[in-house]
Amino acid sequence: MPLPYSEIVMEHFRNPRNVGRIEDPDAKAIEGSPACGDMVAVYLKVDPEDLRITDVKFESYGCASNIATGSIITEMAQGKTLEEAKAITWKQASEVLGGLPPIKVHCSVLAVDGLHAAIQNYEERHGLVKERVPTTIEVVRRRLKRVMNPVVGLDLVHTKLVKEIEVADGTVRVVLDLPADHQFAANIHEEIVEKIEPLWDVDEVIVEFTE
Amino acid sequence: MEQQYIYLDNAAATRLDERVLEAMRPYLFDVYAVATSQFGYSPGLDARDALDDARTRIAAALGAGPEEFIFTSGSTESSNLALKGVALALGEKKGKHIIVSRIEDFSVLHSARALEKQGFRVTYLDVDEFGRLNVGQLRETITPETILVSIQAANQEIGTLQDVAAIGAICREQGVLFHTDATHTFPRVTLDVREVPVDLVTVTAHLIHGPKGVGGLYVREGTPLAKWMDGGFQESNLRAGTENIPGAVGFAKAVELVTPGETARMQGMRDRLIERLLQIPHSRLNGHPTLRLPHNANVSFRFVEGESILLHMDMRGFAVSTGSACFSRSLEASHVILGIGGNHERAHGSVRFTFGRFNRAGDVDAAVDAISDVIKNLRAISPLGKE
Repeated sequence: MPLPYSEIVMEHFRNPRNVGRIEDPDAKAIEGSPACGDMVAVYLKVDPEDLRITDVKFESYGCASNIATGSIITEMAQGKTLEEAKAITWKQASEVLGGLPPIKVHCSVLAVDGLHAAIQNYEERHGLVKERVPTTIEVVRRRLKRVMNPVVGLDLVHTKLVKEIEVADGTVRVVLDLPADHQFAANIHEEIVEKIEPLWDVDEVIVEFTE
Repeated sequence: MEQQYIYLDNAAATRLDERVLEAMRPYLFDVYAVATSQFGYSPGLDARDALDDARTRIAAALGAGPEEFIFTSGSTESSNLALKGVALALGEKKGKHIIVSRIEDFSVLHSARALEKQGFRVTYLDVDEFGRLNVGQLRETITPETILVSIQAANQEIGTLQDVAAIGAICREQGVLFHTDATHTFPRVTLDVREVPVDLVTVTAHLIHGPKGVGGLYVREGTPLAKWMDGGFQESNLRAGTENIPGAVGFAKAVELVTPGETARMQGMRDRLIERLLQIPHSRLNGHPTLRLPHNANVSFRFVEGESILLHMDMRGFAVSTGSACFSRSLEASHVILGIGGNHERAHGSVRFTFGRFNRAGDVDAAVDAISDVIKNLRAISPLGKE
């Protein structure tokens, strides 16, 4: 087939593994949002004794690259300890898939982020976060890289929409180079709060818009 | 028996009609000379006659004379010539303001962008939820510096028809030139330049079962238009380059083969398709329910993504198109769906079906059955729409 995807990608797209929802999961995470493009949900069951993943499932609202990556990383994570699963990178997933077209990297990374976020969610829920790193501008910037700019489908940092970040006394202030009445302003606002607020030392997130 | 592949992307390209190929054949093998003047050699004179005849027939389908029609390489070139040609002719003399709609084809939008970089001012008019232009708003936007209004006859994705006659009347009343991109309507939807005050019309052969690489531009007599493709003196000295005579002959034949009966048949298939697609839960029509291209249906399905739908449809033997960002080469969601007030989600799950001459009535039900199944399967793995 003259498609831009490898045979392995197409095989996982046609018959995705570990698809669905775990009722009563030990951890879950949702990356992306319908307003901005692809979205992926990852659910985990973890053995509390040896911190091994006993079950992992995913759901995808996305393109072939997103579905295939969700399938491969859940396959790779199945039966691994959280520490081992944390070490799974997008690069490894993409290699197992036989490569992905450069333009499709973003949708694929989203699925890997979903797995990492679900593990992080488990650790936060179970008091396993070892050292609490204080929130810095860099930490905020990294999280903002996971918020999409819906106008172009790439993240806020890449598309230079983030004008200013301020972190002081538990308050994070983000200034966006976007008018407040923009079609997607409310969506972006909500997503930023969603990504930054769970940080342990953040009490308040302020999002400001400029023209 | 393996099911035949069903092609439902006729707004992108169409299969050549054998009769078109037959009409072209002599001009590929026998009369292959360039069109020469009346003082030239005889194969050149035959070529000239064929070109004149094709020109006359295509122009007549617009109600125009042959001297008002020039051949180009397709609609992209025609629209480039219309916008840049008028800008070059009138920019210094009259003004530097151009008006287009937000949902035009890229050939118009990106020509406008290119002119902006050269100091022109462009107004991008909004359209309503169905994709229709507000004609009153157009009137208010025209200034003494406005040199051209370019509004499509029908939209490439959602199929919405514009009121070209009303838009033309306003432009005429305000003394502004009017270009319409009729790529998707010509000649299925009648546009007669004797009745509609339009100065420039973009048309193409490849969407009516004619060859790729040939199109044309109607230029009303007296319309100021600067040459943009430099070279020889072909096409009334408006478009240089060796004439594509087999293409021109094929284009004329393709125009002649489009019949009202065939268009009515497509419209019947379109209506049945839309009716059945809208029975799928969480679906909505994009574009106008009645003022739309006879062969276009565009529906958004919630909770699923277009590229995934497309690939699954391809595996089942159907070609369709989508406005999803994941499908576009630029990773941008359809500017048309966003332009009618839709969000990313609506573009994400939008699917366009366009019919052609070679589609059969049974294709409608086959396509609906296939897409219903594909959407059901993709929704089963989607995190959305479960509650």
